[in-house]
Amino acid sequence: MNSAVRSISPGDAPGTLALPRMAVAAEGLTKRFGRLEVLRGVDLAVRPGRVTALLGPNAAGKSTFLKLLLGLARPDGGSLTVCGTPVAAGPEYRMRIGYMPQQARFPENLTGREVVRLLRDLRGDEVPEDDELFGTFDLAREMDKPVRTLSGGTRQKLNAATAFMFRPSLLVLDEPTAGLDPIASGVLKEKIARTRDEGASVLLTSHVLSELDELADDVIFLLDGTVEFQGSLRRLREATAEPRLERAIARLMQRRRP
Amino acid sequence: MTSAKVLRYELQDLRRSRWMLGYALLLLLLTDALLRFGGGGPRAVLSLMNVVLVFVPLVSVVFGTMYLYGARDFIELLLAQPVGRGSLFAGLYAGLAAPLSLTFLLGVGSPFLWNAPADTPVGAPLMMLLAAGVLLTLVFTALAFLASLVFEDRAKGLGAAILAWLAATVLYDALIVLVATVSSDYPLELPLLGLTLLNPVDLGRVLLLLQFDTAALMGYTGAVFERFFGSVLGIAVASGALALWCAAPLALARRRFGRKDF
Repeated sequence: MNSAVRSISPGDAPGTLALPRMAVAAEGLTKRFGRLEVLRGVDLAVRPGRVTALLGPNAAGKSTFLKLLLGLARPDGGSLTVCGTPVAAGPEYRMRIGYMPQQARFPENLTGREVVRLLRDLRGDEVPEDDELFGTFDLAREMDKPVRTLSGGTRQKLNAATAFMFRPSLLVLDEPTAGLDPIASGVLKEKIARTRDEGASVLLTSHVLSELDELADDVIFLLDGTVEFQGSLRRLREATAEPRLERAIARLMQRRRP
Repeated sequence: MTSAKVLRYELQDLRRSRWMLGYALLLLLLTDALLRFGGGGPRAVLSLMNVVLVFVPLVSVVFGTMYLYGARDFIELLLAQPVGRGSLFAGLYAGLAAPLSLTFLLGVGSPFLWNAPADTPVGAPLMMLLAAGVLLTLVFTALAFLASLVFEDRAKGLGAAILAWLAATVLYDALIVLVATVSSDYPLELPLLGLTLLNPVDLGRVLLLLQFDTAALMGYTGAVFERFFGSVLGIAVASGALALWCAAPLALARRRFGRKDF
């Protein structure tokens, strides 16, 4: 696996990284909203069994990429596959995805339990389950209250717990630690690392770059709708001669705008 | 299957909604008061007609639009699950239209149970009233879906929804009167008939008036309708046109939902 890791660099043609099967693979992905070209040919690969941080300044195209990945929006061009299945082939590929939106806004009159039951129902019966986070977050007492009465932090814990619930092979986490207290945030990061060790792939965005130093294995850095850098965190450090991700990213952006 | 699951969650959600409770209570009180003090069953039904024609579309389209904008984030979460957009849309529409219709049926129908007037039967007019109310609920819920899908901006969507209601209830009547007065020297029956078919609220009114046999007394469009079609055919044509009024915006909204970038 590690030899494959090193072969991925921004200069590589996307065709050369066909093996092993990527958790997410995009080739020449484009998307425009009206006259705004948000993604202009994105080639990237999220390697299986790794935590990949999707980074970039505001309006770089991160959320748009996540939307295309989740089927919330359709690409204009290029290809996008999840575990080898084209996203365009139908909704079944989302069976493999556990998604944690940035902010959970559940229907306000439902209880946590009802939300969980709905999400489970939508996946059918024979999905593996993992309710560990419901336990560690101590959500049991909150599950029968209407979601609207829960605090923002509790709602975010519920949000996180539901993303991990079906043992997805790909976790898509949008700012997972935002809105969580330091303890819960620590629990979640630990869970992310453990899920990765069990073989799942994780794609996450975060504005807290300092926490990614320990969490992320790979970095994909988007800038103006294209991939400016992708590869392992170590390679990023080597390439920029900066030990800390925060500085390394700053260096990347400087390089682009001299 | 997916639709049924989405429908069930939405029913759970709306069953506990204070807005739905308020809607039910308001209809209940209004109907009860009209039955007690409105002088007899058929006359109460006639007064209720105006409530149904004006109030039901308003609540359906405004509440529906607000609900859909509020549920936007959750709809996105649902779209990220392994479900197709078509079945999700069907579930969402049924989940909104069914509770609104049921609330209407309960709110308007139940006072008739304990206020049943002994002397005059209200059966058929009441049934027609309930049917027209449900049809209008379906139509204006579909319009709410369309508004919330066409406009990204919540304020614009709500504005469009209210405008649609205003157009169907107030502006359209004004237009018809204007057309009738300006061109009173010409034979107007067919153009007016056409205009009536273009407005769901007018269609609801025609349905009720034909049922009451007071069509000739109650305004131009009703009279024209009765003369042209006769009661039975008139009711069939008006219901058909209302069904079309429900299907067309729904099909548009469904198309839009299928292609939309959330």
